[in-house]
Amino acid sequence: MAKSKMSKAKRRRIAVWSTFLVVALSIAMPLASYSVHWLGMTAVAQDAKAVENPRSGFWKEIRQGTSGYSAVTGAEANVLMQSTANDWRNFKESPLLSKLPWVIVGMAVLLLLYHVLHGKNKLDSGVRSGRVVPRWSYFERLVHWVTAISFIALSITGISMLLGKKLLIPLLGKAGFAGWASVSISVHNVIGPIFTVGIVLMIVMWIWHNFPTMTDLRWFAKGGGLFTKNHPSAGRMNGGEKVWFWLLATLGVAVCISGLVLVAPMYPQIQIPGVELVRSMMQQASMIHVIAGVIWTAIALGHIYIGTAGTEGAFEGMSTGYVSEEWARQHHDLWYEKMARKGKIIDVGEARGPNPGYGHQQPRSSASSTS
Amino acid sequence: MARMKFLCDADRCIECNGCVTACKNEHEVPWGVNRRRVVTLDDGQLGEKSISVACMHCTDAPCQAVCPVDCFYTTDDGVVLHDKDLCIGCGYCFYACPFGAPQYPQQTSFGARGKMDKCTFCAGGPDESMSQAEYEKYGRNRIAEGSLPLCAEMCATKALIAGDGDEVADIYRERVLRRGGRPQTWGWETAYEG
Ligand code: HEM
Ligand code: SF4
Ligand code: SF4
Repeated sequence: MAKSKMSKAKRRRIAVWSTFLVVALSIAMPLASYSVHWLGMTAVAQDAKAVENPRSGFWKEIRQGTSGYSAVTGAEANVLMQSTANDWRNFKESPLLSKLPWVIVGMAVLLLLYHVLHGKNKLDSGVRSGRVVPRWSYFERLVHWVTAISFIALSITGISMLLGKKLLIPLLGKAGFAGWASVSISVHNVIGPIFTVGIVLMIVMWIWHNFPTMTDLRWFAKGGGLFTKNHPSAGRMNGGEKVWFWLLATLGVAVCISGLVLVAPMYPQIQIPGVELVRSMMQQASMIHVIAGVIWTAIALGHIYIGTAGTEGAFEGMSTGYVSEEWARQHHDLWYEKMARKGKIIDVGEARGPNPGYGHQQPRSSASSTS
Repeated sequence: MARMKFLCDADRCIECNGCVTACKNEHEVPWGVNRRRVVTLDDGQLGEKSISVACMHCTDAPCQAVCPVDCFYTTDDGVVLHDKDLCIGCGYCFYACPFGAPQYPQQTSFGARGKMDKCTFCAGGPDESMSQAEYEKYGRNRIAEGSLPLCAEMCATKALIAGDGDEVADIYRERVLRRGGRPQTWGWETAYEG
């Protein structure tokens, strides 16, 4: 018979396939109910709705932050549950935030490594001619130093509030840290707005020097002279300084605005007309503030290093307002040439050998009267 | 261990604000601060509901998690309290609390926030129980006196219940059964349907 003549291989194939079919169907069939949904059997859905508790959505809305009426006045007193509050809490406990301060440590390590391996960027000519170039006006220096000192105060107090629970409570005890935190918050709240004024002034004063040019591109292509012997050409501001300026004008502005949102309203007691100060706004401001603030602090370490220990002759520019002719030629050759053409180079008359200190004394003549 | 809970029966609350007033009076709460408030949803419409809300004394409390000076603690009864001697008025607990419980009395200098104030479940604070210092900072410590929170005790319709979570749940379950509805924590609709 044909049946009995069925080959062994064929029978085995049938057995395997039927087993497979049974398994596949037993998995698929319980899922078939989903196809009802999937095919959009609206009649069924409507029926279900008819017997649904008419209020089931009512309480769900509370979870989404719906508001009602409350005899108690005050911003958002009529909201039963503020739904993004827990998101903010999760942010405060997120690995992102707990790892973020390491960027400051990382930056410090990088700068230390650079300093140890490469050393200070020295002036090429050991001898100083005694001629200087005016670089920063009195007002510019005043704004710079008020802002810089404020920055350091804000960073220290801000980071104290951020990391105190982890780092300072074990050290000072709860009462000790609460005292310091209280000082921190007051200093932060008072200095913050002063600092903001400084940042605004800086942007207004210096934006004109900081529009990017082709020279900056070439400067970057040569790595800014960080790792090379000869210095790439630069105008009054080099590419790196321009990047620092634009960071300040973006990241810095974000820190200031978010800081003002946190400091100004003293929510909910002080109401600013026309501005609805809600918690979600403060939560967002806080997130922007702490992320941008910490990153800014890390980058600022780089700026501080370059301006002090990293570059010979840079600090005297911002302290006295004048830089040596040698420094100007080496770091900002195009600017130096322009100043020379304008006859702005001043001879203070005291040529000195290596390691001179005349950055710390005022030139005898004014910029306009000498050539 | 007992775990203290508030429960507001939205089918009973008539938005009289008695709990709010009782709390303010009992604790001499500073001006501008309300430890409890009543919120009415769909006010003036058919089916409006009122709920009295204060600190929920959360199990994994967000306020506690974010406080930079770590001044919160949870008592053996599950009540979330804080230490005003440590509080710096930063506002973080206020950003993290979903129920809007933390409040700040206004300070005069620069309009800065004062120390945070919130519902204590009438359990005072870390100072010596029933001392004057405790009363001035946190209000009366009724738990130490052997009483329950005044808001719930005063509630005319017994909508607001406070106490051991298990007992609160039992009372509410019994109510729901009597009403013949489904046990839904926040309300029962069947009797008014149609
Ligand atoms: C150098 C710039 C700044 C840095 C590095 C900085 C950093 C910080 C940090 C790390 C925190 C703590 C965040 C947390 O714990 O979650 C903080 C909080 C705060 N910052 Fe800043 N900040 C800076 C500038 C400002 C400015 C310009 C303002 C105001 C105009 C300001 C106002 C605040 C406020 C209001 C808080 C919340 C704590 C409080 O209420 O005082 N900050 N800041
Ligand atoms: S203050 Fe808010 S977050 Fe803290 S326990 Fe009370 S309800 Fe929960
Ligand atoms: S306001 Fe006081 S209790 Fe609240 S988080 Fe800040 S320090 Fe802690």
